Amino acid sequence: MRPQTDTATTASVQTGSEPLLDIANLNVYYGESHILRDVDMGVASGKMVCLIGRNGVGKTTLLKTIMGLLAPRAGAVRLGGESITRLTPDRRAKLGIGYVPQGREIIPRLTVKENLILGLEARPKGALKTTEIPEEIFELFPVLKTMLSRMGGDLSGGQQQQLSIARALMGKPRLLVLDEPTEGIQPSIILEIEAAVRKIVTTTGMSVLLVEQHLHFVRQADWYYAMQKGGIVASGPTHELSNEVIQKFLAV
Amino acid sequence: MDALLEAFFNGISIGAVLLLAALGLAIVFGLMGVINMAHGEFMMLGAYTTSVVQNTFKPLGEPLSGLYIFFALIAAFIVTALLGVVLERGVIRFLYGRPLETLLATWGVSLILQQFVRSISWVMVLNIGLFCFLFFGAQAILSRRPNFERIRGWFVIIMIPLSAAIALIVGNITGSIFQLAVTRPWFGAQNVNVAAPIWLRGRLPLGGYQLPYARLFIIVLTIVCVIGIYWFLNKSAWGLRIRSVTQNRSMSACLGIPTQTVDMLTFAIGSGLAGIAGCAVALLGPVGPNTGQNFIVDTFMVVVVGGVGKLVGSIVAAMTIGMANYIIGSYALKPIVGGIPALDNFFNFFSDPSMAKVLVFILIVTFLQFKPAGMFPQKGRTVDA
Repeated sequence: MRPQTDTATTASVQTGSEPLLDIANLNVYYGESHILRDVDMGVASGKMVCLIGRNGVGKTTLLKTIMGLLAPRAGAVRLGGESITRLTPDRRAKLGIGYVPQGREIIPRLTVKENLILGLEARPKGALKTTEIPEEIFELFPVLKTMLSRMGGDLSGGQQQQLSIARALMGKPRLLVLDEPTEGIQPSIILEIEAAVRKIVTTTGMSVLLVEQHLHFVRQADWYYAMQKGGIVASGPTHELSNEVIQKFLAV
Repeated sequence: MDALLEAFFNGISIGAVLLLAALGLAIVFGLMGVINMAHGEFMMLGAYTTSVVQNTFKPLGEPLSGLYIFFALIAAFIVTALLGVVLERGVIRFLYGRPLETLLATWGVSLILQQFVRSISWVMVLNIGLFCFLFFGAQAILSRRPNFERIRGWFVIIMIPLSAAIALIVGNITGSIFQLAVTRPWFGAQNVNVAAPIWLRGRLPLGGYQLPYARLFIIVLTIVCVIGIYWFLNKSAWGLRIRSVTQNRSMSACLGIPTQTVDMLTFAIGSGLAGIAGCAVALLGPVGPNTGQNFIVDTFMVVVVGGVGKLVGSIVAAMTIGMANYIIGSYALKPIVGGIPALDNFFNFFSDPSMAKVLVFILIVTFLQFKPAGMFPQKGRTVDA
């Protein structure tokens, strides 16, 4: 194991406690091209952390590595103090990471209800026996209630995004990872999604790691990390986000 | 009327055998996209299992031994499903997404299995068992060492020849001590005969036509299997997981679905169905090491004509091909077209089983020119039952 870095300190600035997610010295390659360079970051429990940066700086790559879809060449990913660097995505999901990927990735030829039920797989006792969708899901996303028997692939982009978040929440994760949840979605639904995510953080104490370009949404977060050329170049509380930083790192 | 009824039932019963054989393939090829050339050999092993079970039941005396077929169905399913798991874990999982390599590798496995049933004897069982015991035993012990990943290459290079040599030597010594008792092949190269139980040997008279009970049994078995698979895929929790993994593997993993277990289970069920089909085929005639080869092309035809990934397509295609085969082969159309000399000559020419197959394949090739995705094409890249 490599020596501890100061990551724990950056994350503990957020709360003063142990971080829920702790990434240390992460290096990821696509073939021979070096995508992530010595990334150190953390997400404190119960906090909402936003990752900003222009297109192609490696934000999605970082989230995929956290989820286990990409294997790092060096570095460690820890969840709740436990190393998950070598685990497969399904094991990570069962340990409490809920993933809402870019492009939603709804299973197209399953009904909305079946998509939601699959979200239960992430619970440690992953039984699909429950056929009732908890009412909290519909309180957050009322639109889903009327569409339970529709095919996932037939929904509109905004509805799919809500379904994707709802599906991740079905597993009651400790950490919710959202990759550009507002990309290509009409403004009224962006506000709905934003409100839902904020509500999740305040009512359940779930941690959220968010990649976002939409400034209003970024401001909802407690903490930000800014990425450039595969590395973290700035971080701090979001209320300190200056216009200079915003112009440099957000594609607005 | 009788002729028509006869053509109908014969077509259905040929179609039922085809469908039963194609059902497992429809799952393995249709849902997982794996071309398993050893599918026919799994059928053959199912038939051999049936023969073994029958011989075990013989001493029980008549009314009881007639029930062997039900135990044989279960045994054939279990044997081939386990073998399917071994094949998936040992070969196919390294080749996902590489259809050409999968095709070649499974074809090699099919040749191995054909020779395997010819030459299997107690000595061979001892050889294989001892080799597995030594190799995997050593692996189990050594894998506890922290540096196992580093010495894995050396371990494989040293342990495979070592285990093989020990197993061969022990096998040869045993063979020379006990002679023929242990070296004689169980089945040999000749065909094995499976006699249908007495209660399946009669015929059900339908007007002037008599439907053999064995055929009726296969039709019922096929219906049960189709309903069972349909229920499993659409109503059970594992079916939901399978459908999810087929449509989006990486997202399914991110949801917490154990994709490797799902692959294993899908393959086990597909292979197990081949075993059941082999059990059914054994009722119709003698079974030899090459029986599987006769089926592999026909079953692929069924899956492709029906539309890959669609169970309902396989059902319709199997019945259509079965019916066409019989109608052409027996020249059942004689009363209708017999009056026209040109057509009469044409159908007469094709009216034997092998020529009928030629015409059916020509029809299939023509059909696929117009509908390359089969009768029930997929929408987009997705797959469902």
